[in-house]
Amino acid sequence: MTTVTLFASCGAVIFGIGFFGVVVCRRLLQIVIALNVMGSGVFLVLIALARRTTGGRPDPVAHSMALTGLVVAVSVTALALTLVRCRYKQTGSTDLNNR
Amino acid sequence: MVFELSVLGLVFLPLAAGITVFAVGRWGPPLTIIVGLIQPFFAAGVARSIWQNGPSRYRIGGWGAPLGIDLHVDGIGALMVLMTAVVGLMVAIYARSYFATTESEPANQSSMFWPVCLLLWTGLNALYLSGDIFNFYVALEMLVLSAVALIGLGGKPKAVDAALHYVIYAVTASLFYLMGLTLLYSMYGTVDWAILGTRVEPNFSTRCSIVLMTVGLLMKTALFPLHFWLPAAHGSAPAPASAMLSGLVLKASFFVLLRLWYNVFPYEDLRAAGDFLGILGAAAIIWGSVKAIIQQRLKLLIAYSTVAQMGYLFLFFSIPHESPYFCSAWSGTWYFAVSHACAKAAAFMAVGSLAHAAGSDQIKDMAGMAQHQPVAVFAFGLSGVSLMGLPLSGAFVAKWMLLKSTLASGHWHLTIAILAGGLMAAIYIVRVLATAFAVDSRSVRNAPAPMQWPPLILACLSAALGLVAYYPMKLLEIGAPCSAILMGVTP
Repeated sequence: MTTVTLFASCGAVIFGIGFFGVVVCRRLLQIVIALNVMGSGVFLVLIALARRTTGGRPDPVAHSMALTGLVVAVSVTALALTLVRCRYKQTGSTDLNNR
Repeated sequence: MVFELSVLGLVFLPLAAGITVFAVGRWGPPLTIIVGLIQPFFAAGVARSIWQNGPSRYRIGGWGAPLGIDLHVDGIGALMVLMTAVVGLMVAIYARSYFATTESEPANQSSMFWPVCLLLWTGLNALYLSGDIFNFYVALEMLVLSAVALIGLGGKPKAVDAALHYVIYAVTASLFYLMGLTLLYSMYGTVDWAILGTRVEPNFSTRCSIVLMTVGLLMKTALFPLHFWLPAAHGSAPAPASAMLSGLVLKASFFVLLRLWYNVFPYEDLRAAGDFLGILGAAAIIWGSVKAIIQQRLKLLIAYSTVAQMGYLFLFFSIPHESPYFCSAWSGTWYFAVSHACAKAAAFMAVGSLAHAAGSDQIKDMAGMAQHQPVAVFAFGLSGVSLMGLPLSGAFVAKWMLLKSTLASGHWHLTIAILAGGLMAAIYIVRVLATAFAVDSRSVRNAPAPMQWPPLILACLSAALGLVAYYPMKLLEIGAPCSAILMGVTP
């Protein structure tokens, strides 16, 4: 139980760090990485809380949700990086302006 | 049988067509319009079956709720898919000729519009029919991915910038939602919202998940202080894309929000938060309308008008559940959403035609458009009638119900916002119309008929919704959170 709580709190902290990065960073690549950090936090919480089952075996549904989330994260990262590249080609900068 | 076929068709037909169109680009326009012509029948099939049998479930693969994934349809879901089908069809017809006539845009723009549009459609239908909150997440992500693609479609630096902003905010919002979902699932062991609603208890973790999910969904729905991404995104996309984004996509996250608040969480505990959301909605009405009045670009004017109109939807959160007008406020809010979808899609398409004719979307360049492009100006004016909420339009009926319920529950500050919003909408619409009716003798490019009539049809529909309000209102009450307690209080 303590392990579960430890991992889940770690996940929450990582989520917070990622969100802080999204808010504070101004470079697009840093923001994309911060989004991924945020996502990792959520997945860690999902995986950790999957251990809170009664039978001793972890809950596979939570694992499959984390997998689905990973697939989504990969697609979103790819799309965001494509847009960053497109912007770099057009303006020569990868900073986020006027926010 | 009709129900099963319709439900599956609504999700899988656009999905299959979207994937096909990715592979064979030139089938894009015809296939999308064919899908668009079939979808209203499926949606009507679902609505008819809900009308006769009440809220229905479909077990995918025959597994059943705790283990498998269920689709759950009730009145609001049925009306939302119907709205999506009709607006989507009109946008598809419009887009075909829009991309054929606007020659200055990059070549791959039109070929990428069609598959993305179909996938957006899949995401919307999947969301409205979904029976579990994890499917909401998947559908929301599908909407984010396709909406980002639609915003960036223009390929100009401004469009790419808006798409980047949108992807960052929307993905952050999705992760907030997923975090809340994780907490809910770990506590209650299910993601089916109907089952979840029976198990949820008011404790600290539940409150955390409410806050996380609500903040995420408010960002996506662009409620007032979180609306900053919207004008740039909706203002820089091509006209048919803006029509879909502004008319349809915003309603999806609002749908999830209302599902969670009224079908899952113990909303008696959320009174203070609901009042706060109502005040934010009123602020959105005022702020969005003021910004719309001072815009110089027509597309930005319409985009800020969307910020204002989304505010009306949030007034509902401050109506207490035991109020005798709760049920009519519920129906009124959803009817407002439908009416806004038709009117806003019509307005964006009409503006697209006018901008094509005038060569720019500056309001001052609209001079003389009433004589050059009468159909498009009429469509814009008629959708404006609906945005203002003049009598006979669908928005009038909806606003009337909201007015009555806000007065009855003593929220007079919200009543003032509703009235002021209508007045300010009149100012920004009439400002454009006054310019359009000025006499001007320059020559303009004519927009072809398919770019003029679909917006007019949608605008007429949004205006006529007030005349046929009875059946949709009754449909909205099927499976509504009030129907068991307060059946038959609606006017």
